[in-house]
Amino acid sequence: MQLTEFDKIVEAAKAKSAAFKCNLYCCYSTGCVSSGCGDVVKAVQEALVSHGCDKVVRIVKTGCMGLCSHGPLMRVEVEGQKPVLYSEIRPLVARLIIAEHIVPALSLEKGADFNVPDFLSGFVLPLDIPFFSKQMKIVLANTGHIDPELIDDYLARGGYQALKKVLTEMTPQQVVEEVLTSGLRGRGGGGYPTGLKWKNAAPSQGAEKFVICNGDEGDPGAYMDRSVLEGDPQCVIEGMLIAAYAIGATSGWFYIRTEYPLAVDRVEKAIKQARKAGFLGKNIFGTKFSFDCDIRLGAGAFVCGEETALIASIEGRRGTPHPRPPYPSQKGLWGMPSCVNNVETLANVPHILMKGGAWYASIGTPESRGTKVFALTGKVKHSGLIEVPMGMTLRTIIEEIGGGPSTGKKIKAVQTGGPSGGVIPSEFLDTPVCYDQLKKLGSIMGSGGMIVLDEDDNMVDIAAFYLDFTADESCGQCSPCRIGGRQLLELLKKVKSGKGSMDDLALIKRLSLTMKKASLCGLGQTAPNPVLSTLKYFENEYLERIKN
Amino acid sequence: MIDIAALAVKKWKGERGSLIMALHEIQNQMGYVPREATMEISSQMNVPLARIYEVLTFYNYFKLEAPGKAVISICTGTACYLKGAPALLDEFKKDLGIGVDEATSDGIFHLQCVRCLGCCGLAPVVSVNGKIYGKLKPSDIKPIIAEWREVFPAKETANAAN
Amino acid sequence: MKTVKLKINNVEIEASEGENILNAAKKASVNIPSLCKHPDLHATGACGICIVKLKGAPNMVRACCTPVSEGMEVITHDPEIVGVRRTVLELILSAHPNECLTCGRNGTCELQRLASEFAIRRESFNPVVPDIPPDSTTNSITLEPRKCIKCGRCITVCQEKQNVWALSFLERGIDTRIAPAGVTLGESPCVRCGQCSEHCPVGAIFEFDETEKVWAALSDPELYCIAQIAPAVRVSIGEAFGYPPGTNLTGQIYDALRHLGFKAVFDTNFGADVTIMEEASEFAHRFLSAPEKLPLITTCCPSWVDFMEKFHHDMIEYFSSCKSPHSIVGTLTKTYYAQKLGIDPSKIMMVSIMPCTSKKYEITRTGNMYASGMQDVDVALTTREFIRMLQQSGIVFNDLDPETQADSPLGEYSGAGVIFGTTGGVMEAALRTASYFITGHDPESVDFKQIRGLEGIREFEFKIGGHSIRTAVAHGLGNVETLISRVRAAREEGREAPYHFIEVMACPGGCIGGGGQSWNVDDAIRKKRAEGLFSDDRSKAIRLSHRNPYIQKLYEEFLGEPLGETAQKYLHTSYQARPEYKR
Repeated sequence: MQLTEFDKIVEAAKAKSAAFKCNLYCCYSTGCVSSGCGDVVKAVQEALVSHGCDKVVRIVKTGCMGLCSHGPLMRVEVEGQKPVLYSEIRPLVARLIIAEHIVPALSLEKGADFNVPDFLSGFVLPLDIPFFSKQMKIVLANTGHIDPELIDDYLARGGYQALKKVLTEMTPQQVVEEVLTSGLRGRGGGGYPTGLKWKNAAPSQGAEKFVICNGDEGDPGAYMDRSVLEGDPQCVIEGMLIAAYAIGATSGWFYIRTEYPLAVDRVEKAIKQARKAGFLGKNIFGTKFSFDCDIRLGAGAFVCGEETALIASIEGRRGTPHPRPPYPSQKGLWGMPSCVNNVETLANVPHILMKGGAWYASIGTPESRGTKVFALTGKVKHSGLIEVPMGMTLRTIIEEIGGGPSTGKKIKAVQTGGPSGGVIPSEFLDTPVCYDQLKKLGSIMGSGGMIVLDEDDNMVDIAAFYLDFTADESCGQCSPCRIGGRQLLELLKKVKSGKGSMDDLALIKRLSLTMKKASLCGLGQTAPNPVLSTLKYFENEYLERIKN
Repeated sequence: MIDIAALAVKKWKGERGSLIMALHEIQNQMGYVPREATMEISSQMNVPLARIYEVLTFYNYFKLEAPGKAVISICTGTACYLKGAPALLDEFKKDLGIGVDEATSDGIFHLQCVRCLGCCGLAPVVSVNGKIYGKLKPSDIKPIIAEWREVFPAKETANAAN
Repeated sequence: MKTVKLKINNVEIEASEGENILNAAKKASVNIPSLCKHPDLHATGACGICIVKLKGAPNMVRACCTPVSEGMEVITHDPEIVGVRRTVLELILSAHPNECLTCGRNGTCELQRLASEFAIRRESFNPVVPDIPPDSTTNSITLEPRKCIKCGRCITVCQEKQNVWALSFLERGIDTRIAPAGVTLGESPCVRCGQCSEHCPVGAIFEFDETEKVWAALSDPELYCIAQIAPAVRVSIGEAFGYPPGTNLTGQIYDALRHLGFKAVFDTNFGADVTIMEEASEFAHRFLSAPEKLPLITTCCPSWVDFMEKFHHDMIEYFSSCKSPHSIVGTLTKTYYAQKLGIDPSKIMMVSIMPCTSKKYEITRTGNMYASGMQDVDVALTTREFIRMLQQSGIVFNDLDPETQADSPLGEYSGAGVIFGTTGGVMEAALRTASYFITGHDPESVDFKQIRGLEGIREFEFKIGGHSIRTAVAHGLGNVETLISRVRAAREEGREAPYHFIEVMACPGGCIGGGGQSWNVDDAIRKKRAEGLFSDDRSKAIRLSHRNPYIQKLYEEFLGEPLGETAQKYLHTSYQARPEYKR
């Protein structure tokens, strides 16, 4: 791919998308597919044909629009008119939307707005509700606006401009500096500064060097990475390319959960298209930089989210972490220096390089820059995928974006960080969401699972639920986690069933501390967090079970 | 069976990081990874059999025995748990008369618990052979079973492919 | 190597860069408890006992796998650390059966020792011991997965050191277990080297115990019990009785065997001298007139033979057909010796005391193991089983007579015979005699020191007469494969073989580091044991097998010529490919 070609392709792509008078953005992510968007899209297609407007209306099958609980979703954008979002559509409704909205709207004069007829307005979700208006989209900027299976859509929205800038105008050191300036921290859970990680990896020498994209999103109740991979895979590839240039990597690997077939399929297609267009391969943009990447699948092991376990898994071994040092940046995949970055982290990168580290750093709080994607679920009205600036309070997220409790009951707490995290009681809802504040409260940012709990949820159950998960996902290598997790679970079950004693409670505390201190990897070290944090704020619920 | 293993070998031999990919290939085709296939992979791809079994038994996804024709997967993610997945599981157990990781005696239904399917917005969800059912209540279970009984009628299971 | 300064418990010490905290602490006279780490093997960090605090680090780190660095400040013991260690230990105990009194490792178990040191007096946790049946299908070692603490030593040894891949970790989390890949150990690629049992800290892998068989024989008045001891046994047995490693206790062992009731005591070293007569003849013959059958590869090691038959059977043509020394002593006892003394050979119970678990398999390996018309060796006991017999017998080892002699003639050996027990020893012994067979006169110096040592692969080109002999020695099956692949590559490319003569021993260090030897071996101990054998060699007036007068007499009276018809009948064996095994 040469520079001149690139500009031509981009122009062509823009022209192509401008050719349609009306775009129907249909959410085609796992959530909406499950809700039946396939039938809806089929109905839309047939209706368009039967009304003879299939030439001027384009159906765009997009990634996740966020409001998964109200799917299938379709956003109608007619040139010159305000966009309208329809929710919980059924095929019959879809046909009505074409006949009673699209067809008349197309014939309206420029400047005039279309009024949705009353019988359809029940399906309309106002786009100015806090769920949408309070969000800030960087990582998800394209998700919901492009067809992730078409590289042209990505190009039309500024795709690969950052890569062009990086390869033609910047040195690798400058790229690292820019990311350092941005303050971006790893979004997979650890929160390690991405720029620092790259800086450490850059000088490592090896016959090869790898960038690995960690898409082994295993937290129960979290699907940020899946949505990014499904909704904007080119953006992650572009981020990977920039990372590779910065650290001098020769090839890249996507490690994706096999439970995410749609994400795998989209990344596969995206890689093929990027390769065909010349963004992957030899002498990209006519420079000396060459890079290619491929996909490897997980096979159902939460611990593979840990870097060294992930590397073991790609190599075809059991996903057991190995003690560090050596760090992956020195000796990683096949003994070569490797840099592992999470999906969301990489998706931030093109935006940072395009708009500058300083711009990114202006968003969020001093120690937590930029935005964060969360999977907001549990007992909340609008559950779905959201992206907010760091520093937004839990209350804004839950009460405004999430629309408050779904059950009419009082919110008791919010769980963040999944099985490695903890619960935050409702009295702390005014806490700004950032790495340090959540840690102070005994939880963690984690990868972005945010689960709202109400009065019906018992904290001993919650702790036991997470321990059941981590004990089952323990790789079994080290005894504190392998046996400790099981014993902790047994003790929690005992308390849960009302058969526990105060001695058991003391043992739970002692065991939790031991696992934290003596486990080999992050999984075991953080496994007791759900217990410790529920004990911290809700010890009374344990005591009640013991008393009874 | 060996043909499927041979195809997997052909596709992945010589590629890096290919063991798990080859095993996926086999399981996708057959629903499980039979011993004969592991022997084939071992000798053709030069991976010790012990390593293959280490991997197969480590990862939840791989099965060493043939599952039922309709694999029912109950999502055990947090959102689904909070919104009633345990009750759905109980209902399946009761209606099918089997436990988790078991198959019905006619070999049609196989019940398993799986990690978060990533459809938290639709919690609680269940998937049957990949088809996802969301926002379920225990009363929805019987119709789901009935739907799949039609796909795999007990007497014609021999002809029913999955 | 660069040194770094660090503080351990506020004491400043120097340590080599890259060294782990566990070893560095020893220099500050601090003993950090640990369970999973073995000096032979890389750290896995499995047990979580050796945790220490590092200044500035939020979590505790493992001393076994954390390298020291300049300015590091380590705290190895404080109430919190000891408390965490104790809880980890309690966890490990909760997943381990409470069967110490009936366990084979009672008294030598590393977990038991820690439990004792930490004064564990109660069970805080409910037991979560898996229910997995034992596996004795190899008849050499017994796998008891219930007792396994998942330290991973056996698996590292089996996969990385030996490259056998019989053992693996299956399942995960609390269900993790050691097992072969879906078959019994007997059906697995296991070559019975026993290195897993040698490295196991607890009783999860254990030599297949046959002491009861021997006790029964000893108390049977009908039977004529005869014992022989392998070279490597004499320099390691003392470790169980308070002697430093490498102490030569040959006399005491002979005496002990007599006390136990053996009617005759022989030495496997005599058999080694016979082996050399045959093997050196084979070598001289092939070297001078059948070079296409070179390299000659030694076959005294049954695990190596098993390994070759399973995975490298294209090497069969290079194999020496000569039986191993103890098999030869067995055959000769039931033929030559029995005839000489007029004993009914069917009443002889031949017991070999071996450093090896694989010898248990070897004694029934092929029809050639019945050359005397019956099973030549009836029981092969490991050093460890023998130690237990001594402990049960009430013998005070330290009071035994060091001057005790073995019975003649099968107890008389040359210096060449005794070094069979260490890596390089068979090669050296063979070269001493091969020199004579090739040139017609004895070598000027009997020491072939260039081939000694503990490096995994050693090569040297010796000048003998006008000839150049390219030799190679490998120990540890992983190293052996490297050598074999060089030979194979040369053959495939039509080149001359890179070596004329190859010595192979499956165990690290050779038989002195055998899978049936005293526990807690490392390279420092292996070195001392080897030195014990070389010192025995030096003390011998006769250090060449072919100069052993009893060997000369044996050939005159019974065997005839080396490689002759009688020798072939009694002293040689054959090999077969076993393609059904899959690694």
